[in-house]
Amino acid sequence: MIVLLFLAQTLRIAIPYLFAASGGVISERAGLIGLGLEGYMLGGAFCGAVASYYTGNAWLGLLGAVVGGVLLALLYAVTSIRFRGDQVVIGIAINLFASGATRFFLRLLFHSSANSPRIPGFGVEQTGTGWLAIARNPLIWIGILAVAFMAWLLYRTPFGLRVRAVGEHPAAAMSVGIRVARVRYLAVALSGALAALGGAYLAFDQHQFTAEMSAGRGFIALAATIFGRWDPVRAALACLLFAAAETLQIQLQGAQVIPSQFVEMIPYALTIVALAGVVGRAVPPAALGKVEGL
Amino acid sequence: MRKLLILVAALVVANVAFLFVRPSGAAQPAAASGSNIGIVLDVGGLGDKSFNDGADRGAVRAEKELGARVRLIEPGEATDREAGLRLLAAEHMDLVVGVGFIFTDDITQLAKEYKNINFAGVDYSLSTDSAGNVIPPPPNVAALKFKEEEGSFLVGALAAMVGGSKKVGFIGGMDVPLIWKFEAGYRAGVKYVCPDCTVLVQYAGVTPDAFRNPGKGKELALNQYQQGVNVIYHASGATGLGVFEAARQTGKYAIGVDADQYSEAPGHVLTSMVKGIDVAVYDMINRVKNHTFHGGVYTYGLAQNGVGYVYDEHNRALIPDSVQARLQQIKADIIAGKIKVPSTR
Repeated sequence: MIVLLFLAQTLRIAIPYLFAASGGVISERAGLIGLGLEGYMLGGAFCGAVASYYTGNAWLGLLGAVVGGVLLALLYAVTSIRFRGDQVVIGIAINLFASGATRFFLRLLFHSSANSPRIPGFGVEQTGTGWLAIARNPLIWIGILAVAFMAWLLYRTPFGLRVRAVGEHPAAAMSVGIRVARVRYLAVALSGALAALGGAYLAFDQHQFTAEMSAGRGFIALAATIFGRWDPVRAALACLLFAAAETLQIQLQGAQVIPSQFVEMIPYALTIVALAGVVGRAVPPAALGKVEGL
Repeated sequence: MRKLLILVAALVVANVAFLFVRPSGAAQPAAASGSNIGIVLDVGGLGDKSFNDGADRGAVRAEKELGARVRLIEPGEATDREAGLRLLAAEHMDLVVGVGFIFTDDITQLAKEYKNINFAGVDYSLSTDSAGNVIPPPPNVAALKFKEEEGSFLVGALAAMVGGSKKVGFIGGMDVPLIWKFEAGYRAGVKYVCPDCTVLVQYAGVTPDAFRNPGKGKELALNQYQQGVNVIYHASGATGLGVFEAARQTGKYAIGVDADQYSEAPGHVLTSMVKGIDVAVYDMINRVKNHTFHGGVYTYGLAQNGVGYVYDEHNRALIPDSVQARLQQIKADIIAGKIKVPSTR
């Protein structure tokens, strides 16, 4: 029983990470740093909440979230691909922009800079703490499917091959007739859509958008992307690991076994360990962060 | 390069132009009487149903009853806080109020620069010197402190009496001394009416993100409800919205904080520990008007109606008359000093 509850909570915490990390993998494999994941999540949560509030339908809300995430991602893509800006700087700018823009529109639409009114989500009232709440939430299933979809897309389709090619050696990809910029735009748009679904999960789970509700989850997803060595399945396992650590901290906090400061540190510490090459070699896509010369 | 320069120039011009944009009705011409009050709200802004709205209520009441003219500034980013305070001080307001402990350093600094302006800081945190003595705020600063532990004591007693479980829960936001006050009072209140009850205590994190992470709040709350807790008191800002969501999902109860949070989860909010930000702000404006304002520490506890709990038509059905009578007795005992409420854990 305890084990099941532990797994259920781990899964619930992991879902936003799974979405965003899947997005992080495709963006980074195409050569674009996924620093904006946090912003896409927040933008997705907000647009999802707004769409769901005005249509009264959670599925249309999801559509709104995807639109919001894609728009933010395209802004990132245009500035870094078309205008060749520094991806780290733009990524941070996207996050700041998402934080400010969501507050601005929150104020404009709902006259509050803190949170939205209650929105319809997928959860039914009083589903308890166990598996029922999970079974009734389609976003959980979509989140798991997103990982499988990303693995299939990246390794089993021509598009996936092209994504990997433009991320490793764009000049070579171009020489065989791949339209590098187009592949990159698509990859980044997809990453925005996926991360936005993660944000929508947060908003729908609360039946409300709250300012800054992504609370650093995009960065944890980015850490999982790197710790998972830019592989969808390994990144997903990293997400589950980070979520399990968080669950452990939640369940053991009363007992004061592990200091919570330590648990909050785990994703980042592990990422540094991974990048330092302690556990196998973490080799990023060769063209990651570089779009000059095209 | 040239294009970039033009772009930068255009953005600078736009930025300057926006500085002159005022929302309609914001810049009303000053009337002849009444004091000018400037209030800088905390991040979160109006509509947070908590701190900022409380300050706004106090200001609106002062406008009505005292004829004060109030200017509210809502900072967007953390760095705008100091700028907001400075702007109001430079405009020679009779009183400049910063809402939230986060203003402490900015107010202390500005009070030294603008010695003839009166400042007030809600939840102003007093520092101590190396010997452990409290350093008083500058002479033109009023530190508005609340005895959150007293209000928390009452809701703790309530949670233990009506919870129907030997376990009661507490969820804090960031793991800092300000929140420990809530925890300490709550724990003492629970133990006062039910010595063998246990209090489950959890914090959402160790960074300011812990105050705006409803997802984490919900998971913490679900975990506590699973363990047999029926009532959870939260002191965690927007993170607490997740606690209410968990209460809805499990059909259990939560206790709100700072303001009446009944509307977050009607039927699942047992009560709220309310802080009279409005009382304190109104009191300060009144003092400025009567020229009785002076720097120092002002403490608002149960006796001053600075803290309390909600008991109205929404939650009367959840609180039996005998329990309400007991709570009133405890309240009287605290005010009379018969019950000592701890403020540290």
